[in-house]
Amino acid sequence: MSKIQDSTALKEQLEQMFRENWELISSHDQPFISKAREEAIQSFSNIGFPHRKMEDWRNTDLNKAMSGKFTSLFKPGHGDQTIDQIFKCNIHELETDQISLLNGWYIDTKKPLVKHDNGVISGSMARAMEEYPEIFEKHYGKYADKDKDGFQALNLAFAQDGFFIYVPDNVVVEKPLQMISIINWNEGLFIQTRNLVILGKNSKITMVHCDDSTNEEAMIKNSVTEVFIDESAHLEHYKLQNLNNQSTLMNATWFRQMKNSSLKSNAITLNGGLIRNYTHTVLDGEGASAEVYGVYLMDKSQHINNQVFIDHAKPNCYSNELFKGILDEEASAVFNGHILVRKDAQQTNAFQHNKNILMTDTAKANTKPFLEIYADDVKCSHGATIGQLDPEAMFYLRSRGICVANARLLLLYAFAREVVDKISIEALKMRVYDMIRKRLKGELNICDTCALHCDGPNKEILFEIDMSKI
Amino acid sequence: MLLKIEDLHVSIGGKEIVKGLNLQVNAGETHAIMGPNGTGKSTLALAIAGREGYEVTSGKIIYQGKDIIGMAPEERARAGIFLGFQYPVEIPGVSITNFMRTALNEIREYRKLPILSASEFLGRMEEKKKLVEIQNKLTNRSVNEGFSGGEKKRNEIFQMAMLEPTLSVLDETDSGLDIDALKVVANGVNTLKTKENAFVVITHYQRLLEYIVPDIVHVLYDGRIVRSGGKELAIELENKGYDWIKKELSLA
Repeated sequence: MSKIQDSTALKEQLEQMFRENWELISSHDQPFISKAREEAIQSFSNIGFPHRKMEDWRNTDLNKAMSGKFTSLFKPGHGDQTIDQIFKCNIHELETDQISLLNGWYIDTKKPLVKHDNGVISGSMARAMEEYPEIFEKHYGKYADKDKDGFQALNLAFAQDGFFIYVPDNVVVEKPLQMISIINWNEGLFIQTRNLVILGKNSKITMVHCDDSTNEEAMIKNSVTEVFIDESAHLEHYKLQNLNNQSTLMNATWFRQMKNSSLKSNAITLNGGLIRNYTHTVLDGEGASAEVYGVYLMDKSQHINNQVFIDHAKPNCYSNELFKGILDEEASAVFNGHILVRKDAQQTNAFQHNKNILMTDTAKANTKPFLEIYADDVKCSHGATIGQLDPEAMFYLRSRGICVANARLLLLYAFAREVVDKISIEALKMRVYDMIRKRLKGELNICDTCALHCDGPNKEILFEIDMSKI
Repeated sequence: MLLKIEDLHVSIGGKEIVKGLNLQVNAGETHAIMGPNGTGKSTLALAIAGREGYEVTSGKIIYQGKDIIGMAPEERARAGIFLGFQYPVEIPGVSITNFMRTALNEIREYRKLPILSASEFLGRMEEKKKLVEIQNKLTNRSVNEGFSGGEKKRNEIFQMAMLEPTLSVLDETDSGLDIDALKVVANGVNTLKTKENAFVVITHYQRLLEYIVPDIVHVLYDGRIVRSGGKELAIELENKGYDWIKKELSLA
């Protein structure tokens, strides 16, 4: 365990920590992984942390987030609580298999790595690295670009554990897999987790990835996920983020999609100090499709940065992005969407939208759609809006007796709904509606989401009546 | 007296539109306000409903004995004022059911009535939908989104039926309606009419007044009511056109 105290010296301290803790960091490594770590720390030494002169980081200030006092754990730590105390339940009515990380380390409730009857392997990445070196050799570090920014390099250098999921060819996993990542430590943590997900040909899985805090401690989590989606495989990937106001989450997900594969990703950001979701997908086979969605509800001085890069590398692929956000008080949001259509990627369909509602004069949104097209037979569009609630609609609702607060709620809820409606698991959709309603009413706290203290729908909400349940 | 408007002046963006208007409406009455475009009919309606930006520079709007100027639109609605919009607003993502449920709950809470249970509420929805011949599927859709002109106007009358206001101001509810839709709308109003409530129907054309028979017809011109009379005044206007009024006024 080492202390990181000063933001300006953070880089040097990390480099030093890397050297000092090499034995622990590399203790489960295959030789190629150790080699990757060494290259990555070198890359980190060269490029350092991102700064505001870099285009993608221009409107994201890391200084404040990086100025706390942080600890790193190079071996599993659970603090004072027992694991049973921490993991009480999961999403209501949502039947899922659950795997969990605590403070960046896999929670070993039964076995750290399970090979199921259908051949699916799920569990700890640290263990998988040892047991399935051939898979790692083929995929690990192959989709994420360690030189993209300092966080990517740092992650490859330091990451020791995370989730590992392998779905063999022709296997359809019916139950969604819930991946819960919880931080519970009595002082600030700087965590590097890395996940590897492999979908074989014609396979299918749904992942619900929850990032939660359990206390008000500051922390930095730098998470990198690499996902390989082989031919005709289908992945649905939901992210639920509900972190405390002191947390920083750097979340990068790198997808490689083969022929006729499909990806549906949806990031629901309910709370967090500074959150950056970087989604990168390469449509590397004809007929592949990527739907990348997100909704964010930020207030106070919270910051959300959604970056999407879609690489149309092959012809006849489809991509669609929709990100919607509500920003209150001094909150700020960045959306950068980059669609690259390569020269041979004819018959590409690519669409991109970002819509923001600013509730105050001090809330901010920066949105930059960017199309880079080298093919000539394509259909691409982008659009971005930043606005306030429609005063005509507000008056219409109020003229029927609805107070300002409820009129706002109805309109904001309706605004966010467009993204939530795209969730295909009904129970999860209902749960997210409920969380968004609570969030908009200021009643959501960090303990409300999927993993801890599931309090159930304990309050009747008068303005919503679900026709399907009557 | 239900509504008494005294020497009302209303400006929008500094421009005076309503220029000293007087109007008295008793419970149980139906009034028609007619007049050419741009004379202040909609401004009057929106000023009664409390639209922001419609500045009352002088005069009074006394409803049930209380001057409502300065009251928020929702407070007026809870007190029983309803505006049927000339251009109903489309609100994507808000279903009519949620919208009405929220509105009715707030109104009933204000009036110290018990909140309707889900089944009571849905029963009421069914009943009122029939009144204006609204298809079932319409209520699961977002408010006015993708509705035809006729559907939007029927939806206004449906909302009126749901909320049971005491004073309804219908702003050109007939515009853009074919004769069948017009009859549906008129039938809705006539069914809801009681001795306790009142209607102010704003219209361009006499046509609507064949189906909603007014007790009193007013002619609004240049921000004032320049003539009031029985329902025969509407027929006279229809025959002679508004130029007749303009001419008389310029002579006077």
